[in-house]
Amino acid sequence: MVTGLINANPIIYEKKQRQQRSTQSLQGDEYTVEPIDHLEVFDILFANFHFCFAFTFIGYRDIKDPEHPYSLEELKVITEEAVEVNDQNSYVRVTFTPTVEHCSMATIIGLCLRVKLLRSLPSRYKVDIRVAPGSHATEAAVNKQLNDKERVAAALENPNLVDMVDECLAPSYE
Amino acid sequence: METSLELKEVQKLEGHTDRVWSLDWNPATGHDGIPLVFASCSGDKTVRIWEQNLSTNLFSCKATLEETHTRTVRSCAWSPTGKLLATASFDATTAIWENVGGDFECVSTLEGHENEVKSVSWNAAGTLLATCSRDKSVWIWEVQPGNEFECVSVLQGHTQDVKMVRWHPTEDILFSCSYDNNIKVWADEGDSDDWQCVQTLGEPNNGHTSTVWALSFNPSGDKMVTCSDDLTLKVWGTESIGMQSGGGFAPWRHLCTLTGYHERTIFSVHWSRGGIFASGAADDAIRLFVDDNSESQVDGPLYKLLLKKDKAHDMDINYVQWSPGEKPLLASASDDGTIKVWDLVS
Repeated sequence: MVTGLINANPIIYEKKQRQQRSTQSLQGDEYTVEPIDHLEVFDILFANFHFCFAFTFIGYRDIKDPEHPYSLEELKVITEEAVEVNDQNSYVRVTFTPTVEHCSMATIIGLCLRVKLLRSLPSRYKVDIRVAPGSHATEAAVNKQLNDKERVAAALENPNLVDMVDECLAPSYE
Repeated sequence: METSLELKEVQKLEGHTDRVWSLDWNPATGHDGIPLVFASCSGDKTVRIWEQNLSTNLFSCKATLEETHTRTVRSCAWSPTGKLLATASFDATTAIWENVGGDFECVSTLEGHENEVKSVSWNAAGTLLATCSRDKSVWIWEVQPGNEFECVSVLQGHTQDVKMVRWHPTEDILFSCSYDNNIKVWADEGDSDDWQCVQTLGEPNNGHTSTVWALSFNPSGDKMVTCSDDLTLKVWGTESIGMQSGGGFAPWRHLCTLTGYHERTIFSVHWSRGGIFASGAADDAIRLFVDDNSESQVDGPLYKLLLKKDKAHDMDINYVQWSPGEKPLLASASDDGTIKVWDLVS
């Protein structure tokens, strides 16, 4: 596992102000199926993530200091615009930006994103996860690995890896 | 008109509690009054044996092979006589099962791969077994008396995990396809287990541009179809099957590329003895293709879409295979945990 800090001084961005999403259907019809949109997926992924999640991803795994409550959003690892959803076609694509070009945690971030969506979205969904173009030294290799379902399935049978993913995701379920 | 053909769902088989990765029809069934049998394997670490009832034509689970593999069972293969079943698992082993009066006993466990075994295949004579793994190697095992299996060759050459191995239907020539986008052809050029890679079909030979997931041969063995994460199917042909008398090898060459038929990764392709090949993909769809005789074949044989079946399953289709017998059925295995049996009807 990562021992030192991969990115000791991450740039912190301001959180984007979002409009409060209406929780009520306009028609008030409880049987109306509301389509899933990109904000909902963004919320699934990040709304409740706290510092531990972000630190794990940027190599701060051992730091438990709550004085650095940075979220992936604040680190711009992921932005609203990077989540594309087509509910009609049951399709989601998440594009994330590792904080450094050689971030060895990129495949772990991607795996966590995939597991989170796997557990949260209806099973009809097809999910593609990739790093932002130009954001990673081995972009093609990372993308290929993240989208090979056989490798993902094998990784998720590795108890150590599953523990790590669960640890990363635990705060997101609070 | 061929357009009136329909892929009719005969049965949906439930029982596996996780995604179904693969299945294999027992080649010794489906004729002479012997009911059709196939095996399926799953992320639930089990293998299930399904048998057709001759009066209702419906399949039911006859046996569940469990508590042997400790991880996903990725693929399974019956020996040519149908007496033995080989199962390849992410637990790095390949198990050999023998049918003893309806009970399946694990009679041998093949160990040696460093990690996940992904595919297993018997040669036509049932004397050799091939396995491949994420460890990038392909192993050839010789079947010895008393259910002993001796590794006779470890083939290195792929640069990434090897997704599938398949023996040629008549010759002792082995084919493997990989995450490294290549298909490799392996042959024993000498006479003492001197297995070598005799050809690599890759991008420079009009090959695939992403992971090659599967391959299948036509009945006569002079053509092969491959499918890939690059969303294409490719048909390859050879002038002459197998090794020449002089020891030379007749190379395989690209005949055509079928593109635009699947929207997501194509995981499986299988050529029927009737000349129809079926493909199954992550777009939940099945496609059937046939020889297109209507075109003038200046550039070699072309293939056309015979039928498309969208939403064949609720999730990714991992495997499709035609049954043996007079009137083949198609079976498909899916991430939705079910297996479907289909009949091609007009």
